[in-house]
Amino acid sequence: MNAVVTATGLNKTYKNAHALNDVSFRIESGRIVGLIGPNGAGKTTALKAILGLTDFKGELNVLGFDPRTQRDQLMEQVCFIADVAVLPRWIRVSEAIDFVANVHPRFNRAKCEAFLARTKLTPKQRVKQMSKGMIVQLHLALVMAIDARLLVLDEPTLGLDILYRKQFYQSLLEDYFDENKTIIVTTHQVEEIENILTDLMFIRDGRIVLDTDMDTVGERFAEVMVSADKAATARSMKPLDERQVFGKSIFLFDGADRATLESMGEVRRPTVSDLFVATMKGTYA
Amino acid sequence: MKTFYWLLKREFWEHRGGFLWAPIVTGGVFLVLNVMAIITAEVLSARHGVRIGGNDIQMMMQHADAGDWKQVGAAADIAMISSMGFIGIVMGIVVLFYCLGSLYDDRRDRSVLFWKSLPISNTSTVLSKVVSAAVVAPVIAVVVSIICGLVQLFIFAIVLSFHGINVWQLLALSHPLRAVASLVSNVPLYALWALPAVGWLMLCSAGARSKPFLWAVAVPVVLGLMVSWFNIMGLFNLSSAWFWANVVQRALLSVFPGSNLVFDKHSALNMGEMNDNDPLAVLSPMHTYGLLASPDLWIGVIAGLALIAAAVWFRRVRDDS
Repeated sequence: MNAVVTATGLNKTYKNAHALNDVSFRIESGRIVGLIGPNGAGKTTALKAILGLTDFKGELNVLGFDPRTQRDQLMEQVCFIADVAVLPRWIRVSEAIDFVANVHPRFNRAKCEAFLARTKLTPKQRVKQMSKGMIVQLHLALVMAIDARLLVLDEPTLGLDILYRKQFYQSLLEDYFDENKTIIVTTHQVEEIENILTDLMFIRDGRIVLDTDMDTVGERFAEVMVSADKAATARSMKPLDERQVFGKSIFLFDGADRATLESMGEVRRPTVSDLFVATMKGTYA
Repeated sequence: MKTFYWLLKREFWEHRGGFLWAPIVTGGVFLVLNVMAIITAEVLSARHGVRIGGNDIQMMMQHADAGDWKQVGAAADIAMISSMGFIGIVMGIVVLFYCLGSLYDDRRDRSVLFWKSLPISNTSTVLSKVVSAAVVAPVIAVVVSIICGLVQLFIFAIVLSFHGINVWQLLALSHPLRAVASLVSNVPLYALWALPAVGWLMLCSAGARSKPFLWAVAVPVVLGLMVSWFNIMGLFNLSSAWFWANVVQRALLSVFPGSNLVFDKHSALNMGEMNDNDPLAVLSPMHTYGLLASPDLWIGVIAGLALIAAAVWFRRVRDDS
């Protein structure tokens, strides 16, 4: 498989914080990767490094380019949606389309207009007259009409209502994603994306603490609901996390033996958010 | 090339108010004020029965000699180019604030993330803004001034025709084509002259984390004060006044069209000796392009290019949020 992003030993320090601490990872083509971490963990810094928006130490190869020096060439192949309001407020829908159509060699105007036809946006409308949800619709229409190999989404649905959020990911999956495209997405609304992800990366304090694909998540991690009498046994197996529900305990295990777990109680696959909470315990403490 | 054209177009879209409407409104106000002044003069003269220079203007015209005719032509020429004075000041203000905001506003509202997600180099982005400030804005201002001047001339011609003066005769005495050519000829010179100020203002705009205006003004002024205080320029056999004029003023005020005329003392002296009957000479390329021979201009151009290069660098590395 060909790698879209290869990072080796990325380091980035702001005045007092280590935003990226010796980070290495590889993202293959045709994947949807969720980059998930608490606030200030370094998610946005990692994305900015990939997009050539910030300086860093270490080696980073995105589609064969070094984002630090070749950002303008790289951006022909990479699209980016940051948390909502980054479209310039003065621009009109028609101006935005005209501009991108004329500066981006891989932009398909007809496709963009087809997407917009499904929304309430009108060509004369300015961004400052739009709601957050409409701005994202416009941005998504622009981005989906670009035949790029990598799409980077940084909290794309922040502040949107549930209708817009559902529609956003649905459009991405139905009309955009295919095996030649790769999507990296960060979000706090993990539940919404967990069934579309193929890969999962947890980042904490500038380090990657989990980097795996979703199939492996199901094999590696297991959640068991255990009644009170067996809780001590379960506890002795070093669970990642324990919580109480209706007088029973739910334990989260990493790499424990299936048969043993099944003998103790009902085993199921943990949700990404449970896994996240367990992994990030004590982050803000 | 196509990308650059669209970058310029984007700047125009965003700053249509400053680049296009500000000169048009200024020109319109200027014309309205002129018309009001004419009406006032007409009303006053009619009410008090004032007859200028004898029985009436027509009489005067009949007795005018060649010199007088020239003065009438000169007055018409001044009418033609005077609107440029007002529009030029407004344009200078527009360009000043445009430069200060050009690489700062999009960082403040984070739309820089959108612009940087397009395959456009930082150099083209910055250069498109330089060209917008140094060429696009002045070209629009000159075109508006020319239209405004022609309308002004037309109004005067109509008013005078009520007093029995032949419109065509008056137009023949003035030099509208020369006025237009002189105004247009000053655009390239302006671009060169304004470059250090454009560069400095854009550098502040690209570099400042906040309040680019304060940086742009405070740095040269504080430097100037230090230079004056310690008399550093004495080391180079130059006065502190030289520093104020050549560095502080150039960095901030060269965006005002015509500042080169004021700056160039030599030409200012020449101006005094100039023929009163030929006001266009002030703007004529024969006069203004003398500046091309002066090192002041070219040192400024080089400084401007260096400042713009620094602005490009800042545009790349400045990382907010």
